[in-house]
Amino acid sequence: MITRIAWKNIWFKPLNTALSIILLTASVAIITLLILLQEQFEKQFDSNIDNIDLVLGAQGSPLQLILSAVYQVDAPTGNIDYTEAKTWMKHRFVQTAVPLAFGDNYKGFRIVGTTPNYLTVYGKGIKEGRSFLKNFEVVVGSAIAAKMNLKIGDKFFGSHGDAAQGELHEDHEYIVTGIATPTGKVADNLILCTIPSVWAMHEEEGHEHAEAEEHSHEHHEEAITEQGKEITAVLIKFRSKMGIIMWPRLIAQNTKMQAASPAIEINRLFSLFGVGLQALQYLAYGIMFISGISIFIALYNTLKERKYEFALLRVNGASRLQLLWLVLIESLLLCITGFIFGTVVGRVALTFISCSSESEFKMSFNPLEFVWQKEGYLFGLTIFVGILAAVIPAVKAYSLNISKTLANA
Amino acid sequence: MIVTKNLNFSYGKGTSFSFPDVVVSSGESLLITGGSGRGKTTLLHLLGGLLRPQAGAVIIEQTNIAELSEKKLDHFRGQHIGLVLQQAYFVASLNVLENVVLASWLATGKQARDKAKQLLQQLDLQDHLHKQLSQLSTGQQQRVSIARALINEPKLLLADEPTSSLDDENAHRVADMLSQLAKQYGTALVIVTHDQRLKDTFPNQISL
Repeated sequence: MITRIAWKNIWFKPLNTALSIILLTASVAIITLLILLQEQFEKQFDSNIDNIDLVLGAQGSPLQLILSAVYQVDAPTGNIDYTEAKTWMKHRFVQTAVPLAFGDNYKGFRIVGTTPNYLTVYGKGIKEGRSFLKNFEVVVGSAIAAKMNLKIGDKFFGSHGDAAQGELHEDHEYIVTGIATPTGKVADNLILCTIPSVWAMHEEEGHEHAEAEEHSHEHHEEAITEQGKEITAVLIKFRSKMGIIMWPRLIAQNTKMQAASPAIEINRLFSLFGVGLQALQYLAYGIMFISGISIFIALYNTLKERKYEFALLRVNGASRLQLLWLVLIESLLLCITGFIFGTVVGRVALTFISCSSESEFKMSFNPLEFVWQKEGYLFGLTIFVGILAAVIPAVKAYSLNISKTLANA
Repeated sequence: MIVTKNLNFSYGKGTSFSFPDVVVSSGESLLITGGSGRGKTTLLHLLGGLLRPQAGAVIIEQTNIAELSEKKLDHFRGQHIGLVLQQAYFVASLNVLENVVLASWLATGKQARDKAKQLLQQLDLQDHLHKQLSQLSTGQQQRVSIARALINEPKLLLADEPTSSLDDENAHRVADMLSQLAKQYGTALVIVTHDQRLKDTFPNQISL
């Protein structure tokens, strides 16, 4: 009954109520969005660097190298010599080394030349069909297969470079021999083939481009040799963790390549992001603070008109505690409503973000995930704000002098 | 039945009252009159347990309410004392019926909806059950507050200037209803007022 009165009371002043709820919704939505984004973003970034201790690639920005080779979201830094890379790939510290050669794309999805190892180390193997063995055979990631409706045996032409609008390589068509098992990682959005396929594709057309800039155009033989050929990067997992510490220096001193650590670079990236996220977070807490004040003002203002109402409730047998509850519950109802709306709005926003990031970066977020611990804290905070805002009005209601109030009527 | 003995009250220095003893049996009524500043409302609040006397006793059906704890007093007031004030106040967000039912819930924990409807009908308000209080006239509001005061069939019904803000017709109507319902429910009725119009309706009178 007290709850019912409280509920009726908050809707008796719809504008006050709407203001408080909108402010609360805004702050809870922003914080929920940040919690989910941060959590899923980090999880996605972290899951993709499992099994990658270092990335070997051309000199340039290490972050760019990581973003291009591991996350497939940036242009590569350049090419490295395959033979030179191979000597390092056979180093005794190395457990697995997976070479990557970027060349073309199919409707915006990258076609990456690599070894079948890529699927076992960074993917979960093949769901359907078999791995790529010969040139121009490809295994498509599960997400692509679903979106492009590709089946085993389908054929397609690649476009040059990273852009979907790039020049079409019409001399060779790719044939789908397998579809990879879904991983929830970058591999779902890649088309994998052998490294020689990438070379052959460009060799015969005689292209000059970033991925194979210093091509030796002299050889035009059918059999493709590895001599003088270039790849884009190598993903390395060490047997001995000594390598992570020693290699970057070793590589920089002895070769024209660089070795970048994904963990370090991603940390750097997050700390850059972090400033922005932190600012947004403070903004959201600020809004929450304001909504607390708005609830306080609303309750405090109506207290003047409602003091007769409260006196009357006391005359009718309500205890002081019941009045205290009434005020408190009103505030809490506002907060809980705001929290529920905020949680929903935050997830709707995440759905929109997910849609745009999906088309731009092939990265999607799950709006239905609940980060129980952090969202639990957020709920606690919301309730705390509600209680704090109600304390003074509630105590005033509690300590109301009914005789005085009614006598001065 | 209500009995008071040697009631004393003071609002700090200067203003102190000592009231004559009051005895009202069940079903009877008493009109307390007096000019302003004579402590009419103070006496009423003492009888209703809204104020505590400095000395003396207020005994309602063998219970001295001056000795009850705050929480027990709230409860006792809800169950055994009905109060009608000069200006009627309500929970603005609830409608007529809900306001009356609320009083029964606060006192007993049960929602006496049927009883409330019956009382409101007796007070000629059956057409206004689901209206907001602000939509009613002052006279109608006063009748709603009578219904609310009587919903728990109190032993004591206190009315503070119940008719002062009403016109002649409504004043007589309210006065009649008060005395009639008090008799019907066997409630001791105490009215404090300076309203001369009530003197004919309530022969039993004290002047402060």
